[in-house]
Formats: sequence, C-alpha cells, structure tokens
Amino acid sequence: MFKVRVIPCLDVKDGRVVKGVNFVDLRDAGDPVEAAIAYDAAGADELTFLDITATHENRGIMLDVVRRTAEACFMPVTVGGGVREVNDIKTLLRAGADKVSINSAAVSRREFVKEAAEKFGGQCVVVAIDAKRVKRAGGGERWEIFTHGGRNSTGIDAIEYAQEVVSLGAGEILLTSMDRDGTRQGFDIPLTRAIADSVPVPVIASGGVGNLDHLVDGIRDGHATAVLAASIFHFGEFTIREAKEHMARRGLPMRMDA
Amino acid sequence: MSVAIIDYGSGNLHSAAKAFERAARSMENPQKVFVTSDPDQAYGADRLVLPGVGAFADCRRGLDAVNGMVEAVNEAVRVKARPMLGICVGMQLFATRGKEHVITQGLNWIGGDVEKITPRDESLKIPHMGWNTLDVLREHPVLERLPLGPKGQHAYFVHSYHLNAANEADVLARADYGGPVTAIVAKDTVIGTQFHPEKSQRFGLALISNFLRWKP
Repeated sequence: MFKVRVIPCLDVKDGRVVKGVNFVDLRDAGDPVEAAIAYDAAGADELTFLDITATHENRGIMLDVVRRTAEACFMPVTVGGGVREVNDIKTLLRAGADKVSINSAAVSRREFVKEAAEKFGGQCVVVAIDAKRVKRAGGGERWEIFTHGGRNSTGIDAIEYAQEVVSLGAGEILLTSMDRDGTRQGFDIPLTRAIADSVPVPVIASGGVGNLDHLVDGIRDGHATAVLAASIFHFGEFTIREAKEHMARRGLPMRMDA
Repeated sequence: MSVAIIDYGSGNLHSAAKAFERAARSMENPQKVFVTSDPDQAYGADRLVLPGVGAFADCRRGLDAVNGMVEAVNEAVRVKARPMLGICVGMQLFATRGKEHVITQGLNWIGGDVEKITPRDESLKIPHMGWNTLDVLREHPVLERLPLGPKGQHAYFVHSYHLNAANEADVLARADYGGPVTAIVAKDTVIGTQFHPEKSQRFGLALISNFLRWKP
C-alpha cells in the first residue's frame, strides 16, 4: 500500500543548521549531516535541506553537506535554496541530491522549469511555491505568489502558477503558506486543497505545523500527498515515530519500517 | 570480485555508488565497487549495475553515446551471463520498447513495453512518488530473507512509467497504485527494480547485499 510521507526540513546557512537541532544526543547540534543521519534512523520518509546561505562563495559548502549526507543516508534528499540555473541542479544531483526545489528562479523565469525537467526529468524538479492570501479588487480573497520570504508580492495567482509550472514539467509542488509559516496554527488548509486539487502531481504541505493533528489535516482535508515540518521535530517536541503513529491512529497509511 | 556501476551521464551515481559500497563493505567477501563509462571495464566486471533517471529516450541516447557500451553490456549479460541489476529507468531499458513521449528501442532482454501508469483512482498523483509495499509473485535469491508483502518493508518509487512485461513469468514483484505497477522484473541473470534500492534505507541495502551475493 502506498504511504503518506513525513518530511523534516533543515534550514542550513553556511553549512550549519539554523538554530540547531536538539531532538537527540547529537555531538554537534549544528551539523546538518548529523541531523540527517538521525532523521534517517528515526524513519523520516524523505529529507529536505533548504540552503539559506546568502553569498555565492559559500554555496560550495552545501554541496559538501549533500555529498556527506549521501554517503551516510540511503533515503531521498531534496535540496532547495539558490537553485537558479541548470548547472546548479547538475552539481546538486551529482553530489547526491535526488530532487532539487526551485523557488524564485521559476517565478522570474518560468522556462527554467522546462529546461530543468527536460534535462533531468520532472521527477527531480520540485517547484517551491510561497503563497499568501490577498484581498481581491472586487471583494473576496485569493492566494498570490510571494518571493523573498514573503516580503515581495508578485501579483501572480498561486493556483494558475502551480498549474503552469506543472505543465512545464515540475514533478512535485512544495507549497508553503506565508500566512501560516512560523505561526504553529496549522497549514492553510483551503490553500493546500485548492492547489492539490488543481494539479496532477504530488503536493507537499508546508508552513504552520504546531501539533500532530495539523499533519493529519494537511493530508485528509488539504489533500496533500506529503507533509513537511521543521520546528516540531527539531526541538524535540515530537519524534518522527510519534508523528507517524499519530497519523496512523487517525487512519492514514504510514510507513513504520524503521 | 568487482561491481561496475555504469556511468552514461544519467543523474545521480554518487548515492548509488555509496549504497553499493556500504553493502559491499558489510559482506564476508568484500567486492570492489567502481563507477565507469569505459565499456572494457564494464565488460570485465563480475557484476553490473545500470542506474537511470529521467526520460527513457534520453537514457537510451545517453547509453548509445558511450561508444561500445551497449555491445559490452549485451555481451557481459548474454554471453558471459554476468548478474546485472537495473534501477528505475535502467531497469526500464531492459524492455523491448519505451513509449515515453516517443517510441524508443530498449535492450530487449525482458519482453514488453514501458508504458504510462494509469491509476484507476483519479485522486492518485502522477508521478508515483513515495513509499510502497511490494507483492512478491515468485521467489528469487535477490529477495531472500526480505520481509515483503502488505505488512512488509517499503521501497521508494519515483516514476510515471513502468515495464508492462509481455511474459508474466518475468515479473517478480508488483506494487499497487490504483492498479498493478511492475516493481521488480527478472530473467536469467538480469534483475531490475522500478524503485530505488539505494534510497530505500535498510530494505534497499539488504536487497543490494543479496544482489552482490547472487550467483545465478
């Protein structure tokens, strides 16, 4: 039976995990590779690294993190952050990433998604969408694409954009609600559902998880195929195992191999 | 003993090589794992691995572009009867034809076409991306001692096409994704997995170890 995926996300800056991870006895709570190994052992279904390194010179550090992770973890790894050209994808895949997630580069140049999918196959091209509720001119609300961590509005409708990047070859959508991110109030379920129901590819729900019921809601009500969370796992509130057991108790098909 | 992972420009060889190295290290008789685009080295290896990600036609083009590689793997498998493992599109290349966007000839070791998967349940997404259990149709040394079946361990899949084998006997295992999806094929000294053993954690490493031990 096909299972729902639970994906921890590690924010990495200059080769270090932002804010650290304290869910197990790690020798070095800031080492992304150690954190990845711990998540692998804990039964995470995939792992996502988000590289928030600001300078181009320090990008090479992420490649080393990916390479060392691939030597120790035999699980699917996605890397996002700063993926702007075909060569960025090539070097990440060569280092051991299985998928790359493209964010603002796809907003500014949609053709990039097509080039990436044609060159490497849509299965490894994730488009990360950061969406935020905005008031419509004629009343009501819709979701728009925002860039730069939710600061810059683009005026692009999130549903249309999701459909467009999928038609260009994206194999998966990583959807983050900028309204919910960091709030611990749960996913934006209407947003998740609107996007998941309008594209044929898997959608990963992200942004706002504060408890384990939120994970269940993202799948059951949001129609997402996978859920991504960071802080609830990193700070030791819940283990991956607890999350999966909870989701299984609520009737979702979960993989409990590890 | 040596294991050649064939490099024909298709994607992520680093993690495949690392997984085979890890499995090889933990064996009683260590085997040397190397990545190669040299047909002579591939031909000379005791075991071969054909990885592959992306589209069928691109992968076939990539394999053809390595001068002498198709002949080398054909000889190694068909004449020298070397064990060979295909992974994902590498496994699909074993088929007669690929039908992803265009019709492309495969290596024709396993009769059948590579066709789009069409789940009956329309809410199921394509690609089939994630973890699924396997239903084993017949026994095989590479599946020895692996806890499979509906309550068994999971394999990691990422694909939109699968090998629709002409001969049922060539299918070792299936997954269910709104209908049957070919998960493992095997015939003579070749075996192919649609899923990624190198990404399937403990189960994947155990399958790789079995392949390294397999003496067909």
